Amino acid sequence: MTQLITPKPQTPWATTIQQRLNTAVLIVFGAALAGVAVKTTGLSGKLGFSVSFFVIASLLIFIQQYRLRDLAAAKDSLLSSFASLAIVLTLIPILSIVGTVVVRGYRNIHFGMFTEDMTMASVNDPVTAGGLLHALVGTIIMVGVALLVSFPIGLLTALYLTEIRGNLTRPIKFLVQAMSGVPSIVAGLFILSILIIPVTQELNGLMGSLALSILMIPTIARTAEEMLLLIPNELREAGVALGATQWRTVSGVVVPAAKSGLVTAIILGIARIIGETAPLLLVSGGADALNFNPASGPMGSLPYYIWKAFLTGGTEEAYGRAWGGMLILLIFIFTLFGLARLLSGRKVA
Amino acid sequence: MTPTENSSNENNMEKKMSATTPSSLASVASNRQQRVPGTNLLGTGLETRGVHAWFGKKHVLSDVSLDFSAGTVTALIGPSGCGKSTYLRTLNRMHEFIPTAALAGEVLLDGQDIYAAGIDVTKIRLKVGMVFQKPNPFPSMTIGENVLSGLKLAQLKKSNTDDLLESCLVRAGLWSEVKDRLGEHGGALSGGQQQRLCIARSLAVEPQVLLMDEPCSALDPGSTFRIEETISELAKSMTIVIVTHNMQQAARVSDYTAFFLSDGGPGIMVETAPTSKIFSSPIDKRTEDYVTGRFG
Repeated sequence: MTQLITPKPQTPWATTIQQRLNTAVLIVFGAALAGVAVKTTGLSGKLGFSVSFFVIASLLIFIQQYRLRDLAAAKDSLLSSFASLAIVLTLIPILSIVGTVVVRGYRNIHFGMFTEDMTMASVNDPVTAGGLLHALVGTIIMVGVALLVSFPIGLLTALYLTEIRGNLTRPIKFLVQAMSGVPSIVAGLFILSILIIPVTQELNGLMGSLALSILMIPTIARTAEEMLLLIPNELREAGVALGATQWRTVSGVVVPAAKSGLVTAIILGIARIIGETAPLLLVSGGADALNFNPASGPMGSLPYYIWKAFLTGGTEEAYGRAWGGMLILLIFIFTLFGLARLLSGRKVA
Repeated sequence: MTPTENSSNENNMEKKMSATTPSSLASVASNRQQRVPGTNLLGTGLETRGVHAWFGKKHVLSDVSLDFSAGTVTALIGPSGCGKSTYLRTLNRMHEFIPTAALAGEVLLDGQDIYAAGIDVTKIRLKVGMVFQKPNPFPSMTIGENVLSGLKLAQLKKSNTDDLLESCLVRAGLWSEVKDRLGEHGGALSGGQQQRLCIARSLAVEPQVLLMDEPCSALDPGSTFRIEETISELAKSMTIVIVTHNMQQAARVSDYTAFFLSDGGPGIMVETAPTSKIFSSPIDKRTEDYVTGRFG
């Protein structure tokens, strides 16, 4: 009886270390050539170096691939180079923004920020005086109320567009698309002119939420529509064939199947409005004091806090306060998204 | 290729060819126990009179009149695009689910036209259940919830759902495979198991008639065999109409067979007869050509 020897698992299709080293050498060589080019020719600065580095490195890899294999492989490598360039170009602004906010903001974070508001401090006081509790609470309340208003309306709109498909489907689709292009200041002015001046005569958090809802509804409606369109028609047929009414099929089968997609719609809706400043300047009052009641009195928010520190202060302290506020806003958003991803990531469908 | 391989291939071909000759299909059909209409009390069955169907302006089905006696299994056969699925969907009013659909004629369930004014379409679909070509369990529900979903969706009250759950899964031939994993999602099952889950799901609302639209076309032979067993078992308690492209299957499971055909225009029902007769001595030349594999 022969002993069966299990072979070691191998990946013969993978790039070998030798190939990786070759490419790395080419890239380093390209960087050196780019350095020489910056020194000797009219090119200068970081931009000049980056451009010449990209051009030289992709050319070197192109030639290497052409010599090792053929023209098709060389063209393939050229496309890979451009794809890598696109990734770098996309990442630069994101990393730069996050990096700047973290570097400038972290020194201005202190525990008191989360326990105090700005009633006893001015923006030019030392950073450790006062805090942004009022702004954080205001943002959470206003975004929360806006979500409560927008999600049902957005979801029902999406259901009309995907499930009912009535005669108004086309005009409503067009309107929703047009609405998603509404400048945020217009949303603020709309609430100001239609509710605040003729009716309530008061700037408060609720008005801010309503202005934010105008921006949030189209985003939620469009995303939810796309998510509902992904649900295969067979599931609707299965529900209806079991003797369910359309409403029962939608609420019992279609919407649950689209659950994780609808969470995405909520995330994108929140992302659309959480940093909005312009409408809140017009309608929310922008308080420095803690206010838990959206229906009465002015309410602060994180974007307003940042805007006020930058605009009304002129000192290092004021700027530090603003950078700190930005970092908190950024952390807040990331936490929210992470949480939503975690919730929707639970294996369904 | 060596000569021996060649000849064995030819032998196989011959076997396959002979398997589709009318006489062998007829013997398959006559080997099974025939159900006689009117022997069990399941209402008076389903009947259609002069059914036409359209999608937009396209006339896809012309003047189909058929009787489905209570407690029988009827197979609808015919080449693709001949309107048999469309016809099947007119029987539980799923036809109107397609926006441009139109219809003429009568479909009588227990003597009552299901398209008459004032008829509640959801009640019709409770009495006439459907199993689709592609298994479509609800992805957001567990296996157990899937089986009982019809009760929830149609808002029926049932006192002992545990017993119902077990009996539906037993009748669909799935109980032994899933009894320990009722809490898992339906997507975790194999294709054949999913299809039997869908059959169990349609049984839970206790339909009089079960429509099956090529229920085995996406399944392997083992699952197909098990579903055919299920069909034979179910026929004791309900009327079954099955669309199939597999003539062996039609011969194995059905009491009656109806042959549909389209010559480019709307589909027509060419011939209907007891299954053994369709496969042994069809009256129409076109039926004979189809069941002997001369076209289609």
